[in-house]
Amino acid sequence: MKINSPLEAYKYLPQTNCGECGEPTCMAFASKLIDRSGKTENCPPLIKEKKYAKKLAELDRLLAPEIRQVTIGVGERAANIGGDDVLYRHKLTFFNKTKMFFDVSDNMEEAALIERVKKIADFKKFYVGRNLLLDGVAIKAASNDPAKFAAAVKKVAEIGLPMIFCSFNPAVLKAGLEAAKDKNPLLYAANKDNWKEVGELALEYKVPVVVSAFNDLDALKTLAKTFAEAGIKDIVLDPGTYPTGKGLKNTFTNFLKIRRAGIMGDTEIAYPIMALPLTAWMAGIADPVSASYWETVMASVFTIRYGDIMILHSLEPYATLPEVHLAETIYTDPRTPVSVDGGMYKVGNPDKDSPVFFTTNFALTYYTVESDISANGIVCWLLAVDTDGIGVEASVAGGQLTSAKVKDAFEKAGFDLKTDTNHNTLIIPGLSARLQGDLEDTLGAKVKVGPMDSGRIPGWIEKNWPPK
Amino acid sequence: MAKKVKLSEMTDMFKGMDILSLEGVTIEGDIEIDLSGLGGGFDPMLAAILGQESAVLAQHFGRLAGMFGYPVGMGAPAASAPAAPAISPALAAPKLRDLIPAKFDVANIAEWTTQIQEVPIGNTSADGGTRGKQVMLGGEKALPFYFDAPMPNRNQVTIDVFDMRIGLAKSVKENYDEVMDSPGEWAKKNVDKFNADMITIHLISTDPLVKDTSAKDAAKTVEEVLQAVDVPIAIGGSGNPQKDPEVLAKAAEVSEGERCLLASASLNLDYSKIAEAALKYDHDVLSWTQLDMNAQKELNRKLMKQCNVPRDRIIMDPTTAALGYGLDYAYTNMERIRLAALMGDEELTFPMSSGTTNAWGARESWMVSSPLGQDSDWGPREYRGPIWEIVTGLSLAIAGNDLFMMMHPTSVAVLKHITQTLFGMVEAEPVDIASWIGAEV
Repeated sequence: MKINSPLEAYKYLPQTNCGECGEPTCMAFASKLIDRSGKTENCPPLIKEKKYAKKLAELDRLLAPEIRQVTIGVGERAANIGGDDVLYRHKLTFFNKTKMFFDVSDNMEEAALIERVKKIADFKKFYVGRNLLLDGVAIKAASNDPAKFAAAVKKVAEIGLPMIFCSFNPAVLKAGLEAAKDKNPLLYAANKDNWKEVGELALEYKVPVVVSAFNDLDALKTLAKTFAEAGIKDIVLDPGTYPTGKGLKNTFTNFLKIRRAGIMGDTEIAYPIMALPLTAWMAGIADPVSASYWETVMASVFTIRYGDIMILHSLEPYATLPEVHLAETIYTDPRTPVSVDGGMYKVGNPDKDSPVFFTTNFALTYYTVESDISANGIVCWLLAVDTDGIGVEASVAGGQLTSAKVKDAFEKAGFDLKTDTNHNTLIIPGLSARLQGDLEDTLGAKVKVGPMDSGRIPGWIEKNWPPK
Repeated sequence: MAKKVKLSEMTDMFKGMDILSLEGVTIEGDIEIDLSGLGGGFDPMLAAILGQESAVLAQHFGRLAGMFGYPVGMGAPAASAPAAPAISPALAAPKLRDLIPAKFDVANIAEWTTQIQEVPIGNTSADGGTRGKQVMLGGEKALPFYFDAPMPNRNQVTIDVFDMRIGLAKSVKENYDEVMDSPGEWAKKNVDKFNADMITIHLISTDPLVKDTSAKDAAKTVEEVLQAVDVPIAIGGSGNPQKDPEVLAKAAEVSEGERCLLASASLNLDYSKIAEAALKYDHDVLSWTQLDMNAQKELNRKLMKQCNVPRDRIIMDPTTAALGYGLDYAYTNMERIRLAALMGDEELTFPMSSGTTNAWGARESWMVSSPLGQDSDWGPREYRGPIWEIVTGLSLAIAGNDLFMMMHPTSVAVLKHITQTLFGMVEAEPVDIASWIGAEV
């Protein structure tokens, strides 16, 4: 965005402190606009009253992210990409997590095609209270046959994920667009040979489009500029993704340059970038595990450095799990707190016979333990010890987790093992086993060492609870 | 399409590359090994070719080699790959008549004015030590692998050795099981078979709650490792803040003149004792803090101002959290530290080290299956573990980390390969990616 202080945004607001947006003052609302947690449409007077129309338009222009946001697909699972304002996540946060599309080919057997698309659609990895998902399907026109491509598109479209149509042949792309009206697919791609025809399709069907120029940023910018001048707004950039050697290094450099230029204000190239880690499969790697590893390595590099959308091949869990976790890692808002409040939490409705666990107040640790326990139907008390938001192993090593700290946490929570339970027993994380003796002395309670990983608590409870 | 090579030919193949491990390896007989096209500079394979007994893994990872320059059929364009697009004149668009030429240009970052300190580890005979080579860290003038300024020194990997048998993830352990009772043999295997740039010897048995090994006895293990290998070494304590200073001081004494990396000085122990030993016996100090840039500044300042440690003897470990378990904090902490350093914060202009092994703490790397019923299938853990360590390390390499403390040979191999590719020292046959849509995978 072009402004960075609430004062600058405030100038364009009604300045009546009416409170209709839910904020006490217009200045408070202005700060939300600047940190992008609020939008102009949340201010009813600004939207409704004609006298503010000019100010609204100007404010929207000033607040627009440096990198254009592009939407692919429709409905609940539509994928937003781009929309970033910074080069480093700690400067604000990155918006719109890197989207992972997986390839299918129009010459696949129907059953195999549907099975693969369903596998993409159904992927789920639970993480801190939500599910990490895969985002879409890239349909490759390997046949180069419009009818065959259209048939494949029809089948994929039924599953409802966002789609990328992959062909340099405009006739093939057009057949796909006809087969999936109003599904808002991304066209891949316009290049130096077919740009007129593909550009026309993007205009006619009002869909986003990739411009492609391998390792040639002048040509890439030329295509993007030409399309923008013709009225195409939703553009994605493909500078080419080379899988090995100097080619890969050049690709990395191209991604850095494009994003830096965009964030620094070169609007002609300020679009989301597409990476193609699936070219790892063209590098002559004989072994599928090795090829998949290299694809994941490439995906990691471009998740961190500015890839907004990528096309991948391997659906093996050892590929998808690290990929979705890294995208989550890089795009998590760094402004959210590292820790939960220390204190005693209830999982279910615990009573005097329920087990008592403790863990640290590092948010990731806490939520992991909490979900492992609750997902397995274990009713218990869970004490979050304030370790300055550091995990168990590290806080034992660093001295933030000691028996005195645990005792202190019980006292602050007003929980006494002797009177609030019938068993006077504490179960401690396996990674803090070395505190066992010390804790028994400090708390005057029985201390049992739980498993090293909270995923094993259910099995542990089965064997060890209630205590004999 | 597989290419047959003889072991005896391999020394020549790897000459001039980043491979030291073949030197000193005795090759008995001429065993033919199946290499699907071992081309340019992919050291990792040695791990598999010369060492890993685990048959399936060795096969898979051994074939990683195939990626360099010898296409072997996988992913080659299909016979029916689409021809150049047929352009129908009927589609010619009225709104898109001519290309509007544009030139791309972007400036270098002017604010990156300060160079990261270069810190050597290991003394050769020229400096009064007995190491076969020196490892140089740091010297960057830009973020890693950026075009703004060339990166002078590549990333380095040190592989862990422990002074006693410890619990390890299954897929890690099967690489080390037979050497775990001998730190010297263990170190040798890391260097000879797994291409370690350095060795880290962790003296964990010194912990009073483990074996309470005396500092004097622990120092003997350090001597054993120094004699077993000639790469530079890092020496780690047990993590017990009361005992570590004494253990590290004694270890420093017996390794005098070798310029080892003492791991670690931290704010919650007697860092001055460690710093003093480093200065007296010619070593470097690892300055370890926990995901807190200001604490890192404070400790570095104390090491420099209170303890008089020269700038070229300080390396930072700002803490590594695993992928999925706080890597976002570890990543951003390192990136902020490096950016602040490049912009002139003299308390942070040091190379960084990562305990990448922490990735094995993530359940995804070692658990047989997900503890949560609703997750999609996690697949075989043998393949999840190494990639978890790779992605954790690679992320931090991009954030600015220089030295990696690692465990799994495959992780070491792949991490080296990608960081050396981004560094620019890997040559490979160009791949024609234009045909990707029709390529069979």
